[in-house]
Amino acid sequence: MSEQLDTTPTTGPVLSAVNVTKQFRVAGGHITAVDDVSVDFHAGKVLAVVGESGSGKSTLARMLLRLMPVTSGQIMYQGKDVTHIKGGELRKYWTDVQAVFQDPFSSFNQFFSVGHTLRRGMGRQHLSEENLDQLIETCLGYVGLKPADAVHKYPHQLSGGQRQRVMIARALMMNPKVLLADEATSMLDASLRVSALNVLQDLRDNLGLTVLFITHDIGQACYLADEVVVMEHGLIVERGTTDAVIFDPKNDYTKRLLADVPDLKGSLKVRKDG
Amino acid sequence: MSGVLMRATNVTAVYAADSGKDVPAVDNVTLEVPDGQILGLAGESGCGKSTLGNALAMIANPPLYVVAGKMEIGEETIDLSTLAKGANEVHRGYRGATVSLLPQGAMNAVSPTLRIRNLVVDVMRAHKRDTTKEEALDRATDRLKMLEMPTRVLDQYAHQLSGGMKQRMVTVVSTLLNPQLLIADEPTSALDVSSQKALIEMLLAMVEKKIMRGVIFITHDLPVLSMVTDRLAIMYAGKIVENGPTEELVNNARHPYTSALLSSVLDPTEETRTKHVLGIPGSPPNLGNPPSGCRFHPRCKFAMDECSATEPSFLYERDHAVACWWANKHAFETVPMEVNQA
Repeated sequence: MSEQLDTTPTTGPVLSAVNVTKQFRVAGGHITAVDDVSVDFHAGKVLAVVGESGSGKSTLARMLLRLMPVTSGQIMYQGKDVTHIKGGELRKYWTDVQAVFQDPFSSFNQFFSVGHTLRRGMGRQHLSEENLDQLIETCLGYVGLKPADAVHKYPHQLSGGQRQRVMIARALMMNPKVLLADEATSMLDASLRVSALNVLQDLRDNLGLTVLFITHDIGQACYLADEVVVMEHGLIVERGTTDAVIFDPKNDYTKRLLADVPDLKGSLKVRKDG
Repeated sequence: MSGVLMRATNVTAVYAADSGKDVPAVDNVTLEVPDGQILGLAGESGCGKSTLGNALAMIANPPLYVVAGKMEIGEETIDLSTLAKGANEVHRGYRGATVSLLPQGAMNAVSPTLRIRNLVVDVMRAHKRDTTKEEALDRATDRLKMLEMPTRVLDQYAHQLSGGMKQRMVTVVSTLLNPQLLIADEPTSALDVSSQKALIEMLLAMVEKKIMRGVIFITHDLPVLSMVTDRLAIMYAGKIVENGPTEELVNNARHPYTSALLSSVLDPTEETRTKHVLGIPGSPPNLGNPPSGCRFHPRCKFAMDECSATEPSFLYERDHAVACWWANKHAFETVPMEVNQA
């Protein structure tokens, strides 16, 4: 699977994976977690990577984040090869490409207040106290929190949804170009999840942020994403606009995935027949 | 008690806090499970649904105390209170045999150094000390065959099983003693959709084959509940606010909270593609100091004067119960979904 999306705008993709492969060595051979995957992330769009557990979507994300070396292939950022950059260059890349992970409970240091957590991330930026406070206020504002309600609190005093929003605010303080959300909303309740997705939607619409949204939940992809990529066993099996992939799937795996999703009113009917 | 498997009345469970002030996580809840049916218990995180599950499974441990409540199940009436001396010993015989709890994340609590067969023997022996290995394994093998699951899992270690298989396996083990009621706490939350479906199908088969006579299925995932349950109870801030047949409740929500939860569900449909859900404004209340009157009123779009003044009592419309002032004034009307969307 190496064909590219033909939606390339004039400026080209912000971030792309080119023929990326990841193999893990196991006793007696290799497991190919990501198999020759090419995918482009276009500026100001939300791209969802959908797949079951073990499909390689998180491995792909880790490689894009440069947290894990690739076995072969390239990671391109703004037209530059960043697959093997080091030191200051890599740190610059890590400022531009930020991530929010699944578990809002373990991504905090429980002994640090929210304010301290947010300030710590900015340690290298040498901002004045005043500018820093201003920045914290702006970024918390993006996610619908007020500094007065949040900065003095410790993680255990926040709800799961609030924690995840603080994590998004932390990522935003770096003024990133790309935000990578790896199952960032799967541990949240439906109502909080919707608010978190609305935050991402607003960031895309208002700040032009590029979002890579990794999820196993097609419903969330349907609500948020502009484009969808479906992964199975390390391969991209289907890709296209959200409408095309979800409402007119071509691939058998995508169809099966869609059929297994319990939907609120459809499943009721299934049950009555059965 | 005809047609009713379990009736829990006036259950109140509190967490003892350092400040000396108890936090009631479950406040005077009355709940019924009809015979042969699956009851869903839904609500946001922290609404007390797991605490209620623990209270009904009689496994409350300090700092959680069940201060009041009794449970009628089958022929028996059990005092759920954990305050009396020796209450723990009294309850011991019921656990696993009368009411079995499948706790959240149970599949991750399986010993990594023992084969599944050892777990089976341990569980059986915990209740009947003289169970022989053969008896225990025979029972487990029969059960697995009955549910069309591979019997090889008994010889495997937990890490050799996939997440979905592990979860189905612990579900089978937790019902080996043929409990009357199974309380399953978020059994599907950590699974992907295909494994979810397999577990749900297995649970339905277990109820059909009368391995247990009823299930309380706790989760915040409403689509899963709509697939598996016969009735739904919606919980908010320690209280049940609405209780009715699943289909009725999904199509005609009578409580604004239920309606808000339902509209937050993102099904992969064309409607989801275009709608903008607002979510529920504000955050769940502090249970140590809940709002006056109806506990949902600070976040409710239909709040009226009486909502903050008096607590609404249950209004019964056929077998659909709702505690809401708005519903009281609008008999048999469905809460308009539009208020939850922009």
